Amino acid sequence: MTSTAAPPVAAPARPAPPARRRRRNWRGWLFVAPFMVVFALTFIAPVVYAFVLSLFRDQAFFGGTVFVGADNYAQVLADPKFWESFQRVLVFLAVQVPIMLLLALVAALAIDSARLHAAGFFRIVIFLPYAVPAVVAALMWGFIYGDHFGLAADLNHLLGTDAVKPLSQNWLLTSIGNVVTWEFVGYNMLIFYSALKVIPKELFEAAAIDGAGAFRTIFSVKLPAIRGAIVIATIFSIIGSFQLFNEPNIMRNLVPNVIGTFYTPNMYAYNLSFAGQQYNYSATVAIVMGVITAVIAYVVQLRGTRKGM
Amino acid sequence: MATLSVTRPKKSRTLTAVMALYLLYTLVPLAWLVINATKTQASLFSTSGLSFGGPFALFDNIAQTFTYNNGIFFRWLGNTLLYVVVGAGGATILATAAGYGLAKYRFPGRRAVFAVVLGAVAVPATALAVPTFLMFSKLGLTNTPLAIIIPSLISPFGLYLIWVYAADAIPDELLEAARIDGAGEFRIFLTVTLRQLVPGIVTVALFTVVQTWNNYFLPLIMLSEPKWYPLTVGLNQWSAQANGAGAQPIFNLVLTGSLLTIIPLVLAFLLMQRFWQSGLSAGSVKQ
Repeated sequence: MTSTAAPPVAAPARPAPPARRRRRNWRGWLFVAPFMVVFALTFIAPVVYAFVLSLFRDQAFFGGTVFVGADNYAQVLADPKFWESFQRVLVFLAVQVPIMLLLALVAALAIDSARLHAAGFFRIVIFLPYAVPAVVAALMWGFIYGDHFGLAADLNHLLGTDAVKPLSQNWLLTSIGNVVTWEFVGYNMLIFYSALKVIPKELFEAAAIDGAGAFRTIFSVKLPAIRGAIVIATIFSIIGSFQLFNEPNIMRNLVPNVIGTFYTPNMYAYNLSFAGQQYNYSATVAIVMGVITAVIAYVVQLRGTRKGM
Repeated sequence: MATLSVTRPKKSRTLTAVMALYLLYTLVPLAWLVINATKTQASLFSTSGLSFGGPFALFDNIAQTFTYNNGIFFRWLGNTLLYVVVGAGGATILATAAGYGLAKYRFPGRRAVFAVVLGAVAVPATALAVPTFLMFSKLGLTNTPLAIIIPSLISPFGLYLIWVYAADAIPDELLEAARIDGAGEFRIFLTVTLRQLVPGIVTVALFTVVQTWNNYFLPLIMLSEPKWYPLTVGLNQWSAQANGAGAQPIFNLVLTGSLLTIIPLVLAFLLMQRFWQSGLSAGSVKQ
């Protein structure tokens, strides 16, 4: 931004052109090239490779791979296992993401409001779970949910029932949603909080002079001002939900009968590769998920930037 | 009057109380982990989850965690440190240089770089994992530290953050002045730029460290031998072992190991919060 604003007024003066020309040459690549080389190796090459893989099929019985064009894609789109897992993450997304983002938004507004005692303490503690690896979070919550030595067991004992069963078939997705919410509210809160902090103070003064109360200020000034941050957090959360893998995969140790090999699309792709050796089909599943994710993220971004939330 | 209420609203006890409830939700699982890491395998099963019970075995558990199976946990800790120092360190360096380059230079292909990198953010990392595994396997890199380090070197988020930060924090006049003094581009980067970018760099470093330290999926698929595992994959292996049929139950080690895995990151966040929070705010200026 700032660098494009090179003063046009200076142009007529003699010393200016060389400085400008220097900026327009290839020097910038000195700094960007190392990143782009590794980027090409770790992002671009795998995408291309996955696409190539998806066009072939391993003929286990006849030996060698054959070109099958779009056959794998047709198969994925008609695969009930894929759609079952896809529906599951879609439900997860529709319920978990709004709850998590709303909690994060409320927390950020509260901390930013200057009405909270010990706001700095709240900010850092609510953020802490983000520093906990998903593996540890899932193990920890898995044990807490369990009837071995978890809090669910304590609660049942206390109530004299066995009604609290977070790891049962009916509750498992909710229980996983709770783990993910616990992990990421703080992270999203911080994104919102950082955006709130840089809203120009004049806007609040103007709102106050117009007689706006605290809630009016939130809805008319603060939320519109951090719309960009809300859109970004929403997009990251959507991508995260579609990628759901760590938590269910780790909790599978506890309840292998409830969490199957295609509980989420990513677990399906993983198990196709590493348990089934179906690399071509697995790559196709990954690409289909990638395309769906990218399209939805793009639509959210368009809608989010065009009109109010 | 009006401006006073804007700058200094009264503290609210109700709001604080409501937020304290949320705080409880955040802290109870961590408290549960700390409490249960002090229990022996036997008392884990015989005592309530949120109370201390039985003999205080924290130090015994820590000693056991580090010595179990010929000290494999220590090895995992070392591996994690290696992946973090080289992977996250490298990612920070690459993102810093590239972000600065994008913010302060006009060069052919700049828009393309922007489009490609931002487009990549939307590609699920896990969708790349299987093809990356197959590619690395052809290159003979799987089951080596490089298989973890190389993919960790790229942080599109870090690139974006430094870019926005550099655009704001480094005045063009400063660079022009250094050029007039005859400094080369690289020397300007090392002597002028880096100093200005410190809060942004610390923020990126902290987030890439967390990402690498917590990484699970990539090492899970890339590594086949426990001797290269990071803590996350190792812990899950212990958990699987503890839950498996006819297994040797080592729940106390899983819990203590989990606690030990969290502590370094929590400390890093607490100690460096002043830096990374200012870095983040600067990053959100232009969203």
